[in-house]
Amino acid sequence: MSLHLAVALDGAGWHPAAWRDPSARPGELFSPEYWLDLVRIAERGKLDFVTIEDSLGLQSGRYDGLDGRADHVKGRLDALLIAARVAPVTTHIGLVPTVTVTHTEPFHVSTQLATLDYLSTGRAGWRAQVSGRAGEAAHFGHRTFPAFDPATLAEPAVQAFIAELFAEAADHIEVVRRLWDSWEDDAEIRDVATGRFVDRDKLHYIDFTGERFSVKGPSITPRPPQGQPVVTALTHTPLGYRLGVDLLYVTPASAQDAAALVAAARPARVFADVVVFLDPDRKARLDELDGASYTSDAHIYVGDAAGLAELLLSWHDAGVDGFRLRPGVLPADLTAVVEDLVPLLRARGAFRTDYTATTLRGHLGLPAALNRYARTEVTA
Amino acid sequence: MTSQKKQVVLAAHFPGVNNTTVWSDPASGSQIAFESFRRFAQTAERGRFDFFFLAEGLRLREQRGRIHDLDVVGRPDALTVLAGLAAVTTHLGLTGTVNATFNEPYELARKLASLDHLSGGRAGWNVVTSSDAFTGENFRRGGYLDRADRYTRAAEVLHTARELWDTWPSDEVLADRVAGTFTRHADPGAFVHSGQHVGIEGHFTVPRTPQGRPLIIQAGDSDPGREFAARDADAIFSRHGTLESGKAFYADVKGRMARHGRHPDELKILPASTFVLGDSAADAAEKAHHIRRQQVSPQTAILLLEQLWNKDLSDHDPEGPLPAFDPVLDDDSIIKGRARLFDDPLATAAQWRALADEKQLGIRDLIIEVTGRQTFIGTPGTVAATIDEFVQSDAADGFILVPHIVPGGLDEFVDQVVPLLQERGVHRTDYTTTTLRGHLGLQHE
Repeated sequence: MSLHLAVALDGAGWHPAAWRDPSARPGELFSPEYWLDLVRIAERGKLDFVTIEDSLGLQSGRYDGLDGRADHVKGRLDALLIAARVAPVTTHIGLVPTVTVTHTEPFHVSTQLATLDYLSTGRAGWRAQVSGRAGEAAHFGHRTFPAFDPATLAEPAVQAFIAELFAEAADHIEVVRRLWDSWEDDAEIRDVATGRFVDRDKLHYIDFTGERFSVKGPSITPRPPQGQPVVTALTHTPLGYRLGVDLLYVTPASAQDAAALVAAARPARVFADVVVFLDPDRKARLDELDGASYTSDAHIYVGDAAGLAELLLSWHDAGVDGFRLRPGVLPADLTAVVEDLVPLLRARGAFRTDYTATTLRGHLGLPAALNRYARTEVTA
Repeated sequence: MTSQKKQVVLAAHFPGVNNTTVWSDPASGSQIAFESFRRFAQTAERGRFDFFFLAEGLRLREQRGRIHDLDVVGRPDALTVLAGLAAVTTHLGLTGTVNATFNEPYELARKLASLDHLSGGRAGWNVVTSSDAFTGENFRRGGYLDRADRYTRAAEVLHTARELWDTWPSDEVLADRVAGTFTRHADPGAFVHSGQHVGIEGHFTVPRTPQGRPLIIQAGDSDPGREFAARDADAIFSRHGTLESGKAFYADVKGRMARHGRHPDELKILPASTFVLGDSAADAAEKAHHIRRQQVSPQTAILLLEQLWNKDLSDHDPEGPLPAFDPVLDDDSIIKGRARLFDDPLATAAQWRALADEKQLGIRDLIIEVTGRQTFIGTPGTVAATIDEFVQSDAADGFILVPHIVPGGLDEFVDQVVPLLQERGVHRTDYTTTTLRGHLGLQHE
């Protein structure tokens, strides 16, 4: 049975010293050509999709503030706009930008993702991200967040704060989804006899009222090609299981761990995140440059493609639907995924040899998205 | 010695969601498929236009408490489409409206700076504000803004965005592998803004952009709107499309600039304009009338009349006479999600009655007569000559053209009028610069 493969694109790669690797292109991280090249490499490997990391604040190695370092990559472009820039000049690969839910307007996020789905004719997804950082809240000036770090995570006040952030995130995702459905697919009628462009009975108010915001609707943007672009989230807590997403990224440390996480996260599709260095020496070299051994929330794989293929197949046997690989260095480890790992998986009958669908939902085998507001069943 | 003629600035406005856009014509295509945007933008680039422009919508219009269904409706998020167009064009400026009321300055500045990087310096922002609670129902903060605060909010959001765009010096990113310094300073991008509408602090995440800051466009016509443009804008969309009113507006706005320490050439005045081309003057006039009838269907005529009368007139015959009673004067407009169109409804109604009596017009023919007549109607030769005359006589620096058909409505202008403007020496035959500010002869900030 076939597994799914995605890659997570972030700056020069996931190792903090990745940009210093001889193969990196650190002077081009803010140019469109760099991002297009990366996505095209992934598309050459027929991968399901790429995610693009983002945040509403400067990168930092610390959770409770900035890290004061000038030897790591700082600065990013808006991930959704990178995806939009790439969409018209790629053909099949899914495009899944990170968009924060905590400070953003659900109305804008919904129309932006719907627009990405139009630009890519059905290849848009969303990595919804919760932000608990005090520094990011100060960029908006409406709320003050407590500064906290992993050491205080177990305190009840911190737990309540996190639960509230996730509840707001679930509301945000619900509003985005309702807005996508707020136009029925056949709302546009162009009926000259009655002078009507749309059938207003097929446009729906969403009338959402929540703790943090209320949204009336309908959307300004007609229902996107996929109906519902694919909603995804990375989670390290059971709170993530209640976000109402289609696909969850989890961070197991072993096949056994993976099986337990999959059981807990259903009915969502489940991908395991794995950091990959497909060169036996690269991580050690970069660790030395950085003056510290790189650690991650996700499992770190260092070795050759054959070993990685074995690992992925065993976790796949444990129930994981697919993987989001985080390349240690870009483009080197992405290229190795496409040129070395993918052929090995194909030889085992575990990965597609060509795309068989044109939409992201199609690649993932997700069913056509029914519209919650449509009163009549669509007949084939 | 001949003096250099002023160059005509040309911008192409992707048609929007009012009855200017004809959807009943067989040539009318999708208003939402990316292919329409691609075709329209590539046509503008073929004509060596300065920039593409896309408006935005934040709430579907309503009339008589119901969603308005007679006009083209449904549009994308502007900046997202512009980023897509950056992939399929090479020189064309890419500008869009983004509301300063319903967007946060940090996020907005970040998206616009990202677009400038992703387009190689071709981004522009039409700064608009809104104060209506109707639109606010789609957003976190609702309709909190007093009408009087609209321009102070717009100005403060713009100034905040500028502060953010200026946080990274142009040489901040070193990416020096050997020395191990990615940025010149640890944690670049620091800012603090504390004002009436915006109180934020922290670090901006986008390095200085190719243009330094995107082109700033403004569209207001009121006194504070003009002052805002004279102080802060690089281009202004005006509604003064006749020679005399254009000259007066031009002189007024440019005359305000010295007080802000600016040269008149630093602001481009661009009236919004429509056009109809024909083989002869008579042919063009006939086409123009046909288009007007497409734009004003019987149902649309009644709806437009209701906007002046502020009352349900659905029981009136579109071919019949105007209502016997006067417009209803009430602050609660029956139309929501669109700017107020008439300052003095009683006076306007009196004018309309007089015109209808004089020319023996029913409602629909009257509406065709009094609303939205095309700006340029004629042969390509007369239209090119008129555009040149407007620009050389300081009634405009150029025009933002709004075709009435998506996506092919710009084709005939590019094929027939642009070559004549090029022959006159007032429009480039090829791009000589790569950024939008460059095209307009403006300094990079």
